[in-house]
Amino acid sequence: MAIATIDRAPTAIPTELARGRGGGGPAPKRIVVAYGFWIFILSDMVMFSALFAAFAVLRGNTAGGPTGAELFNLRNVFIETMCLLLSSYTCGLGALSAELRYPGRFLIFAAFTFVLGTAFLVIEATEFAGMVAKGAGPSRSAFLSAFFTLVGTHGVHVAGGLIALIYLSAQVIAKGLQAAVLRRLLCWSLFWHALDIVWVGVFTLVYLMGAS
Amino acid sequence: MLGRLSWDAIPFNEPLPLLSGAVVGIVILAILVTVTVKGWWPYLWREWLTSVDHKRIGVMYIALGLVMLLRGFSDAIMMRTQQALAVGDAQGYLPPQHYDQVFSAHGTIMIFFVAMPLVIGLMNFAVPLQLGVRDVAFPTLNSVSLWLTATGALLVNMSLVIGVFSRASWWGYPPLSELAYSPDVGVDYYLWSLQISGIGTLLTGINFVTTILKLRAPGMTYFRMPVFCWTALAANLLIVAAFPVLTATFVMLLLDRYLGMHFFTNDLGGNQMMYANLFWAWGHPEVYILVLTAFGVFSEVAATFSGKGLFSYRSMVWATLGICILSFMVWLHHFFTMGAGADVNAFFGIMSSIIAVPTGVKVFNWLFTMFRGRIVFKTPALWLVGFMVTFVIGGLTGVLLAVPPVDFVLHNSAFLVAHFHNVIIGGVVFGALAGITYWFPKAFGFTLDERWGQASFWCWLIGFWLAFTPLYALGLMGMTRRLQHIADPSWQPLLLVAEAGAVVIFAGILCQIAQLYVSIRTRERRLDLTGDPWNGRTLEWSTSSPPPAYNFAVLPKVETIDAFWHMKRTGRAPVEPVYESIEMPRNSPAGFITAFFAVVMGFSLIWHIWWLAILGFLAAATVVLIAGWNIEREHEISAAEVAQMERAR
Repeated sequence: MAIATIDRAPTAIPTELARGRGGGGPAPKRIVVAYGFWIFILSDMVMFSALFAAFAVLRGNTAGGPTGAELFNLRNVFIETMCLLLSSYTCGLGALSAELRYPGRFLIFAAFTFVLGTAFLVIEATEFAGMVAKGAGPSRSAFLSAFFTLVGTHGVHVAGGLIALIYLSAQVIAKGLQAAVLRRLLCWSLFWHALDIVWVGVFTLVYLMGAS
Repeated sequence: MLGRLSWDAIPFNEPLPLLSGAVVGIVILAILVTVTVKGWWPYLWREWLTSVDHKRIGVMYIALGLVMLLRGFSDAIMMRTQQALAVGDAQGYLPPQHYDQVFSAHGTIMIFFVAMPLVIGLMNFAVPLQLGVRDVAFPTLNSVSLWLTATGALLVNMSLVIGVFSRASWWGYPPLSELAYSPDVGVDYYLWSLQISGIGTLLTGINFVTTILKLRAPGMTYFRMPVFCWTALAANLLIVAAFPVLTATFVMLLLDRYLGMHFFTNDLGGNQMMYANLFWAWGHPEVYILVLTAFGVFSEVAATFSGKGLFSYRSMVWATLGICILSFMVWLHHFFTMGAGADVNAFFGIMSSIIAVPTGVKVFNWLFTMFRGRIVFKTPALWLVGFMVTFVIGGLTGVLLAVPPVDFVLHNSAFLVAHFHNVIIGGVVFGALAGITYWFPKAFGFTLDERWGQASFWCWLIGFWLAFTPLYALGLMGMTRRLQHIADPSWQPLLLVAEAGAVVIFAGILCQIAQLYVSIRTRERRLDLTGDPWNGRTLEWSTSSPPPAYNFAVLPKVETIDAFWHMKRTGRAPVEPVYESIEMPRNSPAGFITAFFAVVMGFSLIWHIWWLAILGFLAAATVVLIAGWNIEREHEISAAEVAQMERAR
């Protein structure tokens, strides 16, 4: 993806720009859009960090209810994690195809990404439903409130990402890989990779540390 | 079908809110009828409601802030009157459950729907002009931000007539704000209006960080940016880093209230102290979001009205960034008494005192800017002087409160109330009013009346000190904040002085309304034909007043700080440049329509009308998807048109 975010350098670089002081005038649209989206992702990370902090504070407050060790099934979580990580790989391949202007190939990889993302959500939903059935729903204890909210917020992000993927694939079909659509795809893949990073945190802090 | 909504929600048995609601309703109706009769809807829709022009959006933000200032101020004068009357045997005219709503609404409105719209409005108006560019990075998103903020303001005002507002103060501390102790819709009004407007503010933050860092005129390196742009950058970085924490905190409280979770409840492992920590981890940066912007305004005013460059520009920039970072390390001073322990309190006490250092650097810089300058005492310069006196005293009482043992005595007392009004009125409100007077001629093409402006300044300054000096004394005498009834009659004389101060501030507000009216009536005589009424230094004064939609026909080339001053000094004669066609963003109704459905969604969530909430959300999402489908978001102004408009200046 790295190659995709950087425009070709202008032919004559103004001195201020060359010295890295930002005097080169307004940046090209692609850089502006991607930069703004990065800032959005950072703000999203700050929101997740508040949810992580709440989970860290409340993880021991099980109020006599079930603990993580009793509830988590690491095998399922491992499969879930693999689905999401693989979906990031296919997302990357899709982004490369889009950069090379192969709409067909992009759509195939988008389909793979969609299937893997959906599999992730199905596994997560099954896990949630099983916990609620066991009487370990979000209103059972502060620990479970924090668990469902943190993991659920990530899940909502994944679901939103999948809807956006369908929407953008429709744009690729309807409009082709023109500059505006490419910018949107670039933002989408940034978003999808960011969700992976959040999930690595969830996997480690919630599941691995919680199951032991 | 209608959730919790029924005729019981309208307070027929309480004449006061019903009456004020009726007055507001009649005023709104009168405005709507006038607009309809005069046939102004097409103009309003085309030029304002769907506008994505940062200047128009800035003006609308400021209008929203000023209207809400009237609402927040009427809450304030109601509280002052209640405290002046309800002493000893007298009970005053506000029953406790109503008084509690009034102070909660006052704080919520003044921070979120007065101070925030005013500073964001000033940033919207001035930043792109100062950077020498044509708009912000994401113009349509900017319009969405504005209308989502307006949505929040509307929801808060709806609570006046339909249902109740929160009684849990503007922080909404649990467990009081939990369902067990606040079962009615008050806290839900509070939470949903702030969630929706908070999204708008976050989008503003993203938009402005990107604008300032990625869109500047050629040659404008970081250290050639006007100081207002630096403070706007710092404020927006704080928005991006702090507002998501507030969103997450409110999500948790909402989940407690709506889905029976236990983040902050008394039972099943909830932790109320976590709410205080999370809330103020946003809350303290928030006050710097407000005041840093005001510092930026005063930096511009100090340089312009002293006729010389800002003293020690670089130290001003570093002080701004220092405050930006330090503001995240002081939040615990809002609850020293909560019992975090001596070591933790000591750390946060020291950090809170340290933040006075960069602030002091700034005050000295403004003073040295004025020193040996050719000071012109126009209204903005008066606000500057009033600000420096007032804000320094407010800051010093803040340093006093930063000492944990002192805080244990003064926590939640009237002393604290006096302190934060001292810095917020003296800093943010004075700054916003200075900024409005300063940039008004740029926005509308004529200056504001000086006499009424100066009268307003003196009323505000004297009124402020009359209203809040007594509260310092009362706090030391042991008066706690938010008292609906005063048991100790010896406090009454000072409370009457405070009441008189509020009346003087009201006179100041009336002077401002008169100033606006007089200035509009006599605008033909006060036209600003040069575009540079104050002998300004920065790029916004190099274009016409009001600027054309595209701001600059040709992007200026920047060679120094105070770029326009430099251009004037070197006497660069305005050679007619070769005009090129300009691409400008098209107007978009997306922001207004999204906000309409956000109102529907927020209102139905507050009243548990689930089907309508889902419909509102789906409709808002559909608007976003339709707007996102569009590729042709720009329209072109041809070179001939640009040349024609420029020659007509």
